[in-house]
Order: sequence, then C-alpha cells, then structure tokens
Amino acid sequence: MNTVKKILGIVWIALGLAVLYFGITVLGWPKLTSGKQDDLVFGIIIIFILLPIVVGGLVIFGMYALQGEYKLIDDNPEHAHFIED
Amino acid sequence: MSNTKKSSLFTIIGASSVGTMIEWYDFYIFGSLASIISTKFFPQGNPTAAFLSTLATFAAGFVVRPFGALFFGRLGDIIGRKYTFMVTLLLMGGATFLIGCVPGYESIGFMAPVLILVLRLLQGLALGGEYGGAATYVAEHSPADKRGFMTAWIQTTATVGLFVSLLVIMGTRYALTKEQFNDWGWRVPFWVSILMVLVSYLIRKNMEESPIFAKAKASGKTSTNPLKESFGNKYNFKFVLLALFGAVMGQGVIWYTGQFYAMSFLEKTMNVAKDQVDSLMFIALMLGTPFFLFFGWLSDKIGRKWIMMAGMLIAICSYWFIYEQMYQTTNLTNKTVQTSSTVAELKTDKDSKQDSVYTTTTQYTDGTVAVIENKMPLEKGQAILIAGKVKSEIKTTVTINSSDKWSLIFWVFVQVLFVTMVYGPIAAFLVEMFPTKIRYTSMSLPYHIGNGVFGGLLPAVATYLATTAKAADHPQWYLQGLWYPIGVAAVCLIIGVLYINAKDKEIDD
Repeated sequence: MNTVKKILGIVWIALGLAVLYFGITVLGWPKLTSGKQDDLVFGIIIIFILLPIVVGGLVIFGMYALQGEYKLIDDNPEHAHFIED
Repeated sequence: MSNTKKSSLFTIIGASSVGTMIEWYDFYIFGSLASIISTKFFPQGNPTAAFLSTLATFAAGFVVRPFGALFFGRLGDIIGRKYTFMVTLLLMGGATFLIGCVPGYESIGFMAPVLILVLRLLQGLALGGEYGGAATYVAEHSPADKRGFMTAWIQTTATVGLFVSLLVIMGTRYALTKEQFNDWGWRVPFWVSILMVLVSYLIRKNMEESPIFAKAKASGKTSTNPLKESFGNKYNFKFVLLALFGAVMGQGVIWYTGQFYAMSFLEKTMNVAKDQVDSLMFIALMLGTPFFLFFGWLSDKIGRKWIMMAGMLIAICSYWFIYEQMYQTTNLTNKTVQTSSTVAELKTDKDSKQDSVYTTTTQYTDGTVAVIENKMPLEKGQAILIAGKVKSEIKTTVTINSSDKWSLIFWVFVQVLFVTMVYGPIAAFLVEMFPTKIRYTSMSLPYHIGNGVFGGLLPAVATYLATTAKAADHPQWYLQGLWYPIGVAAVCLIIGVLYINAKDKEIDD
C-alpha cells in the first residue's frame, strides 16, 4: 500500500499540472477576455484564487506522497499524537 | 455522565449551534434578497455598480471566508475559542444589521454599493471564523464516544439557517403589502438578525472556555504562532492538505450539489415555477436534516472515514441517474397536450418602452401547465434586429402536478442524504485530525477552502459546462454540469480511501 501511495504522488502532481493547463485555457482565459463584467470577476477568481490553491495544493500533496510522508501513518511513531493525541 | 454534566453539555451545544445558525441565516438572507438588493444598491446598466455587485456575490463566499478562517483561527488558538467565536457572532450580526440600514443608491449614490460590498465582505470574514470555533468548542466539551453526534448539531445549522431565513422573509412578505415590502420591508429580515445575535451573545457570554484549551493554556502548551505551526511546518501542513484533498473538497461539492445546484437545476434547467421549487426544496431539506445527527451518531459507532467515503461513492455513482430522472419528470416532450392557447399583447413600461409579448399557455393531460412568454422589445413600433434576427427573450415556466412534485422531492431528498453522510461526521473528523494548540486554525482553512472555493464555484462551473454543451448541441447537455462535482468527488474519494487513517482519535493532549 505504501508503494501505491508513493507512486500515486506522480499522479497528483500530473493532475495539478493538467488542472493548471485546462483551468487557464478552457475556463480562466476565455472568461477574462470575454468583455463581460460577470465573466471578468469569475475569470479573476479562477486564475488567481482557484488555480493557485488547486494546483499548488495538489503538487505539494503529490510531492509529499512521493517522498513517503504519508506512508505508515498508523505505525510511524512520529505521527503518534495524531492517532492518540 | 451525571445529569448536571449532561444538561450543561446540551446548553453548550444549544448555544453554539444557535449562534452558528444565526451566522448562516445572516449569510443566506443576502442571497435570498439579492434581486431586491440589486435594484436598491446596484442600478442596472451601470457597469461599475454591476462590477461591485458581482464582487459582493463572489468575493464574500470565495475569497474572504478563507481569510476569516486564518484570522479568527489564529485568534482562537491564541486567545481562546469562546472569545473568538463571540467576536465573529457580533461582527456578523453588526454587519447584517447595518446592511438593513444603508440608504439606497438614489439617496447616497455610489457610497451605497461600496458600503454594501464592505459589509458583505465583513459577513464573509465572520463566517470564515465562526464554524471552526463552534465545532472545536463543542468537540472539546464532548466525551470521545459522543463527539460525532454532538458536533453533528453544528452541522445542521447551515440547513436550519436556510430554513429560518426563508421563514423570516416569507413572514415579512405575508405581513406587508408588496409595495411596502419592496419599499422598506426587505430591510426587516436584516434588522431581525440583531435581536437573534443579542440573545445568542448573552447565552454564549456566560459559557466557560473549552476545558481542553483551558488546560493547554494553563500548562503553557498553546501556540504563539498558529499560522506558522499549521502551514509553515511540513509535519502539520501535510495533514492540512490531506484534510482538504481527502475529505473536505469532496464534501464541499456534494453539499453544494444537493443543497444549491439541485435548486438551480429545477429552476433554470427544468423551468419549474419558483414557488414550487422553494416548497419542494423546503420539504426535502426538512426530511433530510435529522440524518445529519444520525450519521454523526453512527460515526461514533463505526468511524467517520467510511461513512464519508461511502457518501461520496454513492453520490458519484448515482448523480447521473438522479438528474436524468429529475429532468425527464418535467420534460414536456414526454407529455400529451390537452389544450393550448396563445395571447398577444402590447405592453408599455413606466419609461414608455414597448414590448410585444406572446404568451402561450399549454395544459397537459397529466395536469402540468407550461407558460411560454416570448417578449420582443420594440423601437418606434418595430422589432429590433440583431445580426438579422429578431431580438427576443423567451421565458418558460412549468407548473408541475402533485405526483411529479413528490417525485422531485424524493430525488432531492436522496441527494440531501448524501450531504448528511459526508457532512454529518466531518466536524468531529477535522477536530480529531489536529492537536489542540493549532486546531482552530488548521481545521478552519481546509473547511472554508473546500466549501467556499470548491463548493462555492460549483454553480458557476457547472452552468458553464452545461451551457457549452448546449451550444454544441449535446443531446444530454443538461447533465454535463455534473462532471464538476463527480470529478472533484472522485479524486477526493481516491485520496481519502488511500491516505486517511480510519481510526478515530483522542483530542485531549
């Protein structure tokens, strides 16, 4: 299971980058350039709020997974206080 | 547990829940009265006012809520839970009351929309700080084997707040004439808030600080910089990310789908009459609300993780089917016409603008009535042409029969059940994920990003997907908006199943 968790780290990083690409090309940029007020605010929120959170979060999460930070949460003494606070 | 302890615990739950419910009430009345507020403060045809209006709608939900979570979360971890969530209550109540006092655009010009925007942002800030405080406060008072059930009361407040806001607005409309309500009566629900907030404040004022936090503070174990410890420390930050991507992100989209997208789908995609949508949503939500408590209680028996994951899985697998069933319920092409008649009128508004209006009323054999209004604005008595086509607005309103109404109530109720599965246990789940000294900060941020950003963007993203599919003549364009909640929930489900520890934890450190 720990190997799966680590390997999936690559998937989360790739997913973050895919969201970045489609978020800008499909959602964000067309809204920013549509010329409508509602779309402008929506586009700004997509590009400057949603994408940094999703992309940044997923990439960091993927990196942590890849580094094995999430392995053996149940057994690792370092994480003990999360199990029995 | 002694009777005294039991009763004080229920006082704590009651005081915390009522306060949080009032905060949701305050947040919802702005949305429910948005159309009337826009006519008073954001005049049509003025681009700057329209921009401020959009900002007030979006920013309070998406941008400011996470900032409120950070700001008040930090205070709650340094000063204490009790004082912080009293401040958020007063801030929310004060901002709401003042929205009801701001003179309209006609009286003070651009100051009106600017003031409304500022007050709306304060509402978002307060909401961002309230939830984490209430959930943490109740959890830290609750015995470990009842924590899911006790915190589930906090989870019901978002739905109950919506009920109360609808009731107060309906009551005010009932007590006043239409002219009185449109003139000044819409302000009453905002003024009512201050009374509710004062009562809640007086109850909360006499409550004790959370025993776990008080113990940590007495032994010098509280954090001096909760933001740094929560997000600057890799060890804690990875759990913040896990909470967001493995639980709250999916919960947020499922909550918004069941409670808000379903309503928008009924009204805008299926064209069901507004009063029928309100009443059927009201019934479905009322029937579903007790299940927040049930799943909170069940999470104490069998664990939080698998209830939430099961809720996500069932929702992902069944949304497509449910929305297809809902759409077909009022699909007029499936019904047999009994009578149909068209009336043509020339309407002149108060600015002497004329519209040619064709209203077609069609009665179907099953009792459904569809009214299609085709309005063509006229200029000097002639229709306006845009790119060779006559400019017109078509509005369809479908009044459904009783049997269809109950079918739709059932399908919305099923979605509310999914909401209760993912949302009922999540307060206890988040509280148990983080240690006392950074609990308020660490749980508030993922909660408000998951709900405010991932959930809050759902209507806009789903509408965009459906509109794009409709423009491309997709045969099931009306279902394409579901890809957003299904996709987000699926990623969350995989992360949650693989990475989250299924064991519930002790929180007294």
